[in-house]
Amino acid sequence: MSNLAILPIIIPMLAGIIVAFTNKNVKVSRFLTKLFSIISLIVVSYVTFEVFTNGSIILETGDWVAPYGIILVADELSIILVLTTNIIAATTAFYAAHSLSLKQETHYYYTFFFMLIAGVSGAFLTGDLFNLFVFFEVLLMASYALIVLGGDKVQLRESVKYVLINLFSSMLFVTAVALLYGVVGTVNMAQIAERVAEVEQRGILTTIGILLFFVFGTKAALFPLYYWLPRPYIVPNPVVSALFGALLTKVGIYSILRVFSLIFIHKMEITHEAFIWIAGLSMIFGVIGALSTNNIKLTIAYNIIPAIGYIIMGIGIFNQDALSGAIYYLVHDMIIKSALFLLVGVIAYVAGTSDLRKMKGLIHHYPLLGWLLFIAAFVLAGIPPFSGFIGKLQLLKGAAAADEIAIIIIGLLSSLLILYSVMKIFIRGFWGEKDEQNNYTKKAPLGTIIPIVCLLAVSVFLGVGAEFVYPSVEGIAEYLLDPEIYIDSVLKE
Amino acid sequence: MEYLILILAGILFATAIYNILQKQLLRIIIGTVLLSHGAHLVILTMGKLKRGQPPILDDSVTSYTDPLPQALILTSIVISFGITSLLLVLSYRAANENKTDNMDEMRGESNE
Repeated sequence: MSNLAILPIIIPMLAGIIVAFTNKNVKVSRFLTKLFSIISLIVVSYVTFEVFTNGSIILETGDWVAPYGIILVADELSIILVLTTNIIAATTAFYAAHSLSLKQETHYYYTFFFMLIAGVSGAFLTGDLFNLFVFFEVLLMASYALIVLGGDKVQLRESVKYVLINLFSSMLFVTAVALLYGVVGTVNMAQIAERVAEVEQRGILTTIGILLFFVFGTKAALFPLYYWLPRPYIVPNPVVSALFGALLTKVGIYSILRVFSLIFIHKMEITHEAFIWIAGLSMIFGVIGALSTNNIKLTIAYNIIPAIGYIIMGIGIFNQDALSGAIYYLVHDMIIKSALFLLVGVIAYVAGTSDLRKMKGLIHHYPLLGWLLFIAAFVLAGIPPFSGFIGKLQLLKGAAAADEIAIIIIGLLSSLLILYSVMKIFIRGFWGEKDEQNNYTKKAPLGTIIPIVCLLAVSVFLGVGAEFVYPSVEGIAEYLLDPEIYIDSVLKE
Repeated sequence: MEYLILILAGILFATAIYNILQKQLLRIIIGTVLLSHGAHLVILTMGKLKRGQPPILDDSVTSYTDPLPQALILTSIVISFGITSLLLVLSYRAANENKTDNMDEMRGESNE
């Protein structure tokens, strides 16, 4: 029964190995990729159902009891993120074949894709800080390969920077884990939490906590550590950008959420108070970046940063409403970011450029794309009744309860600017008179439209069907507020 | 002994960061290698440096070596080894394609 917890890691990993052998025969690997991602989605949905009906699933690998062995914890928070990951994986699996070149497909795209999913799922599921590092490396290794796939001049240049910043923060991560091990003598998250609580988080532990925050903040692209993010995210193929934008930064923010709701919760006036400031600055600088550019892909890439800002704001405020808002927003943002990256990929493909100044009146040629972008912009900015609205409403309610007026103003203002930054693409690229010089003969393949429509449908459902989803998210927030539940379920005392 | 190794790790970190801040690509890579060495030394020291004792936990054994940091180090060494080799190939290709190994010239323009 507890073996269910490892399935979200094992299935993509096996799938990745299998499709590595069929790389010469693209048709077979395409078919296998779709098949395995659907299987994985079904299995994960079943595991999610199990977790929500029977409580957390904890796997002690090799029957080594909790603090000594390696454990995997599928609790409600991690499994809901794994499910979202698998929804995105399944939709991008269908998009990939239409977007990638044959060369990219035969050069093991599908293998790295599955390895990325395995790494992301592993990072969500692990209950051990050192294994979190290992799974980070698994997903980063796959992302290094994906970002450079194709081997363009630009890709090579940006990937060097991407690898360097991630290597640097990974080494800091190892050092921080080592220091934490030196102080508390364990790497099991539940036991760390227990022991940190015993000594009431002495000064040295807060320092280590901040070091860990620095590491995760680099991966999650928080202010002032976001500078590496936008450019490497736009150079690979749109399907890779979508995976990166939806998954990689979110793993970082998930780690912050986990570590700062479970372990370092005794000096909130230092850590969590700082988060709120960082959140505000991330929103402001991210949105300024999004407004500053005419490159449509870069606009979307910059929009990742304010979204991360919203989530960290929820973690900083740390009450019931804010946390449930943050979790809701996390799930919403994973889905809408992948949809937007895929959509902008199609737009750049049909327009032949990603420069907004060279586009005009696309709506006469591609009405469907235009309206999809219109809906996506509304979902992203959180116009009711879409999913962004529910998350933001809860976040702001939490902020109001905590008397953080400044962050409410920044949050509202930046969501207005987010709407403007994406609407700018719609107004300047799609509206206007027909461009007489350009005929726009390229057709948007149906296979690329369907995945986007599916992702948007999930987003709309998260908004319209919030009554159905929200109670479980509220339950997760309650669960995060009481770390004892996690500790007891893992250590079984 | 622990203090000596920690100071050594500190020196490694400092040289690593100095090298990473250089403009030449190869020196940056050497910096990352030194950085991982420093990190590994820190892990090793965290388990207390002792010699000649078995890594077992048993009632009859009073003095033992902590095996966990060694397991962690091994994992970490393998990972940083892999990434370093990847980074070397990547920067070789990048320097060839962009016809420069100077980070200042690898900045790029908008709308590519």
